[in-house]
Amino acid sequence: MGKAEILKAIKKNKPEKLPIPSLDFPSSNGQDLKTLYEERLTAGGGEVISAKDKAEAEAIVKERMGDYKFVAGAFEALNTIDLSAIRDPHELELLDLAVFEGVLGVAENGAIWVNEEVLVHRAAPFITQHLVLFIREDQLVDKMHEAYKRLRAHDYGHGVFIAGPSKTADIEQSLVIGAHGPKSLLVIMLPPA
Amino acid sequence: MSHPSEAKKFVKNENRVNWHDQSLWHVREKRDKAVNLFPEWEQLREKASQIKSHSLSNLDYYLEEFEKNATANGIKVHWASDAIEHNEIVFNIFREHGVRRIVKSKSMLTEECHLNPFLEKHGVEVIDSDLGERIVQLAKETPSHIVMPAIHKKKIEIDELFQKHLHTRPSNGDENYLTAAAREHLRQKFMKADAALTGVNFGIAETGEFVVCTNEGNADMGVHLTPLHIASMGIEKIIPRYEDLGVFIRLLARSATGQHVTTYTSQFRKPREGAELHIILVDNGRTVQLGREKYRRSLHCIRCGACMNTCPVYRRSGGHSYQSVVPGPIGSILSPGIDMKKHASLPFASSLCGSCSDVCPVKIDIHKQLYSWRQDITREANEEPAKKFSMRFAGWLFTHPNLYKKAGKFGRKALKILPRWMIYNSLNAWGKQREIPEPPKQSFQEWYQQNRQKNG
Ligand code: SF4
Repeated sequence: MGKAEILKAIKKNKPEKLPIPSLDFPSSNGQDLKTLYEERLTAGGGEVISAKDKAEAEAIVKERMGDYKFVAGAFEALNTIDLSAIRDPHELELLDLAVFEGVLGVAENGAIWVNEEVLVHRAAPFITQHLVLFIREDQLVDKMHEAYKRLRAHDYGHGVFIAGPSKTADIEQSLVIGAHGPKSLLVIMLPPA
Repeated sequence: MSHPSEAKKFVKNENRVNWHDQSLWHVREKRDKAVNLFPEWEQLREKASQIKSHSLSNLDYYLEEFEKNATANGIKVHWASDAIEHNEIVFNIFREHGVRRIVKSKSMLTEECHLNPFLEKHGVEVIDSDLGERIVQLAKETPSHIVMPAIHKKKIEIDELFQKHLHTRPSNGDENYLTAAAREHLRQKFMKADAALTGVNFGIAETGEFVVCTNEGNADMGVHLTPLHIASMGIEKIIPRYEDLGVFIRLLARSATGQHVTTYTSQFRKPREGAELHIILVDNGRTVQLGREKYRRSLHCIRCGACMNTCPVYRRSGGHSYQSVVPGPIGSILSPGIDMKKHASLPFASSLCGSCSDVCPVKIDIHKQLYSWRQDITREANEEPAKKFSMRFAGWLFTHPNLYKKAGKFGRKALKILPRWMIYNSLNAWGKQREIPEPPKQSFQEWYQQNRQKNG
C-alpha cells in the first residue's frame, strides 16, 4: 500500500513544476592540478609521492612494505595474495596492504575514483590495513563536475571516491586516522601515459 | 516537553556549555575556511536549491524513474508510508534470510523510525558502527547532532564507557587508544554480521543508484562483507540527474566539517555478485510537509549539520534539549511539522539571527520558517483552551519562577557571546526573558504583537 499512497500524496501536495537548472560550471581555474591535488589530499590525511614510471612506483611500494605479510593488488610481483582467487570477502581481513590503479583523480578534493573492476572485491580498499593508489597525471580533473561528466560513460556496480585514510573525529573532535578502514593512504603520481 | 526545561539541564554545567560551544564554533570556522577557498560557492548553493525545488515539484516522477532504473540494476525497491511500515519491511527481509546480527551505518532515518528498539525486541542484535553512534548506543543515549552524534560527550566519559563495555584500561581519555579499541571491537562485529543497514545521502533517478558518504568507511565495511544490504532513504533525498551529484558532493562535506569531501563517497548501482541489495523509500510525513507551502523548502535539507554548528542557541543548549531526532535549527522547523504540540517550543529556541540560513548549502530560509512557526504555534495556542495545550509560549516561562530565573541566567551567559542586536531584536525570546522584569498580565499574542510593532 505504500507506493500508491505516497505517489497520490505527492501529486496532491507538490507545487507547480519548477525548472531544472543547467550545470554550467567553469571547467578550470588555471591552477596546476597536480599541485592542487597534493595540497588537498594531504589536508585529508593522505600522502602523495611522484614516480617517473610504474617500475619506480613498484619500488616505492616495495620499500614501504616492511614486514607486511599479506599484499594484494596491481603490482603482481609484490603480491602474496591473489584477489581473484578469493571467494569470501571475509578472508580479506588479513590484508596488510592493497595497491590499486585509480581511474580518475579530482584535484579540488584529493579524491580518487576506483570501481569494482579495479578492486576485484568491493571490500578490499576498506578492509586492508594500508592502501596505495597510483594514478597518472593526465587522469586528474579539476572539479567534481568534470569527474561526473567522465564517469557518465562508465558502467559499474559499485564505485567509490577515496580521499584519504579512514578517519574519525568523534571523540572530542580530535582527529584520529584509521577508524575502521586503512590507517594510511599513499597516492603515487605517475607522469602522463 | 519544552526546550527551555531540557536546556536547563545542560546549562547547569557552565564549563561544559563553553566547551560545547567552542567545539562547534571551531567546526563552523573550518567550514568558512573551506568555503572561502573558491569563488563559485554561492552559485553552487543556488544551483543546489534549484535542483531540489525542481525535484520536489516533480517528486512522483523521479521516484518512479528511480524505481524503474534501480530495479533494472537488480536492486529491490520497497516503499514505506511510515515508520511502522519501514520497520516491518526491514524485519521481514531479515526474517526471510534468518538474520540475527546486523551492523548499521549512521542513518538518521532509522533513528526517526525507532528501528533499533523494534529490531532488538525481535531478537536482532543491532550494532551502530559509526564511532559516535556506537558511543551513544553504549551510553543508551540518542545522537545529539546529526553529523557528530557524540559531540556532547567528554573524552573521559567515553573512556569510562569503554572500560565498562569494551574492557579497555583507563587511559585518561586518550583518543588514539580509544579509537583503536573501538576499531577492534567493531571489526569483530563486521566480521560476524549477517546483514548491513545504511542510510542514503543521495538517490539518483537517472541511474537508479545511491550514494553513501562517510569518513570512517563503516558503511562500506558492513555492506561489502555481508550478503544483504538494506538502504533506507527518505523520499526527499532523490536528485534527478547523475551530474547533479557534482553540485551536492561539493557542498556536503565542506558545509558539514570543512573537509573538501568525505573520505569515502560510495556509489551503489548494482548488488554485489551473490548478494542482495534492497532500498526502502520512506515517506513518514514528508509528503505532508511537501503540501505546506511555507515549510516545503525544509525538504531540501541534505543533513550537513552546518545550521547546528553555527546556531548560538544550539551551541549553548546541546542537541538533546531539542528532544527530537533532528535537533538544531533545521530540526526546529521539521519537528513541529510532525507533531506541533510536542515540539511547540522549538521554533522559539532560536535567536532568529539568520546565521543558519546563511550557512545552509541548499538555501533553506530556516530563520524565516522559524518565525512562521512561531506565528502558527501562537495562533493555535490562543485558539485552544489553555489546559488542553500544555505548552503555551507565555506559559512555560512566566508560570515557573525557578525556570524563569534559570532561563535568565542562560540569557546572561549568551550575552557574553552574542552581539547586542542579536539578543535584543524584537523576536528573540531569549533576549526578552531578560528584559521583562515581571510576569506580564497580557497574553503572549498581545505581548508579541505589541513588541513587534514597537520594534519594527
Ligand atoms: S538545513 Fe541546511 S544547514 Fe541545516 S542540516 Fe540541512 S542542509 Fe545543512
